[in-house]
Amino acid sequence: MTEVSQSQFRAAMLDSDQPVPEGLRDKAGAPAGKRFNVYRNNVAVGLTEALEAAFPVIRKLVGDAFFKALAGVYLRNHPPASPLMMHYGAEMPGFLKGFEPVRALPYLPDVARLEIAIRQSYHAADAAPVTVEDLGALPPDAFARARFTFAPAVRLVSSRFPIHGIWVANMQPDAPKPGKGAEDVLITRPKFDPRPHLLSRPAAIFTARMMEGQSLTAAMAAAGGGLDLGETLARLFTEGAITRIS
Amino acid sequence: MFDVPPSHLPPLPGVGYKPQHYSAILADPAPVGWFEVHAENYMGDGGRPLAQLRALADRFPISVHGVGLSIGGEGRLDPDHLSRLKHLCDWLRPASFSEHLAWSTHDNQFFNDLLPLPYTSATLTRVCDHIDEVQDVLGRKMLLENPSSYLAFAESEMAEPEFLRAVSDRTGCGLLLDVNNVFISATNLGYNPRAYIDAFPLDRVGEMHLAGHDEDEDDSGAVLLIDSHGREMAEPVWALLDYTLARSGPKPLLIEWDNDVPDWPILAAEARRAETALERIAA
Repeated sequence: MTEVSQSQFRAAMLDSDQPVPEGLRDKAGAPAGKRFNVYRNNVAVGLTEALEAAFPVIRKLVGDAFFKALAGVYLRNHPPASPLMMHYGAEMPGFLKGFEPVRALPYLPDVARLEIAIRQSYHAADAAPVTVEDLGALPPDAFARARFTFAPAVRLVSSRFPIHGIWVANMQPDAPKPGKGAEDVLITRPKFDPRPHLLSRPAAIFTARMMEGQSLTAAMAAAGGGLDLGETLARLFTEGAITRIS
Repeated sequence: MFDVPPSHLPPLPGVGYKPQHYSAILADPAPVGWFEVHAENYMGDGGRPLAQLRALADRFPISVHGVGLSIGGEGRLDPDHLSRLKHLCDWLRPASFSEHLAWSTHDNQFFNDLLPLPYTSATLTRVCDHIDEVQDVLGRKMLLENPSSYLAFAESEMAEPEFLRAVSDRTGCGLLLDVNNVFISATNLGYNPRAYIDAFPLDRVGEMHLAGHDEDEDDSGAVLLIDSHGREMAEPVWALLDYTLARSGPKPLLIEWDNDVPDWPILAAEARRAETALERIAA
């Protein structure tokens, strides 16, 4: 049997314990042997590099060598479902949740969610923002009923862990150590570079409700008395997060 | 039946575009004749990648080079991916679109590598059907690139140049001749690279690729060259390029450098060396 199906090729490529398919040869017609490892290696290295680019903070948190080992397990359990490497790693949060060796780092899945959101924001569609003056021009009753359309690049990520602090401490030199407790992160993309902002809990509730399409009045009521409406709206508009008021 | 290779790239050196070189390219008064991008890196919805590509395309001819279509795959082509390619080509209107004689997807799993094919009549039929489909959907002819080989299939019935010629005959597609891949495959599989070039239908070639490789060895201690795209092109490959150009005439030449990517001046220097090779055949 000298024919090699792509199923056989794949099986041996993803599992080094499997024998190299018999129909593969070296230049003398002998079994391909070690030559097959070029493909095993290329696939593992290529996908590992894609994951390293996608999750720089996770990589710093667990260290280079550990991340490579983790990526090796991930890529065999979750090979890409599409040729768009910019989307590869979407199952990383769930994978980390169930990955025994990182049980002592329970914040990793949420940090991975934040990194995925930042990457999605980077590749999201462009959209022309409206300004806070557009909001101010509304008559009072229309203001109360106003709903926002958010730019495609805006994301909100909430966690019971201090994910903003962890992200900043690992991505920016001289950043303070992360605090404790839950954090909500708003991601905006004024031009091309996504920016994570730490929100207060009331501002996060308000923003989440507005992103769901609720009115200003409803979102303010949900956020409660602790909401600094002026500051929250100013940030959304100066960051170009709102593309339409209706 | 075959008039002009289906590429509108100028017969000049071009360079594989890397976003980190964007400012240096725009600041360079005489950068290169054209740029090539990997299609899959420009399939997001917006942001910097597409904005930069649009600005680049305003100044230079662009070649769109796919690395994920899996033209040699046993399964059908991914219709979603094909429509993304169409969207990109309709938006950008590139001077050329090319893909690989390889497979990279199986059962909806993508391996991010160019995997080898046996050269049989069954493979030929499948590859031609897929290329017909691509050319129908895109509404243009494409170029198909020869792979770098590390092993051979016992079941193969024909040599690679013969196989590629048949694909081009049946589908009308042009060919992308990767000169470094020819040298790698010839070394790894024990044939003469010049004989490969002699057998290759050079009139179908719309573009050539130039790149560096690494050296390893196989179980028997024989040299095994690895297509690494991480350094300057090796001297024997420059000689093979001269041999090829002397027979093909001027062609668009691409410098590919995808790993350990250097600063722009190093790439520009490789492109100048390619320009010298083109000037030699014009003289």
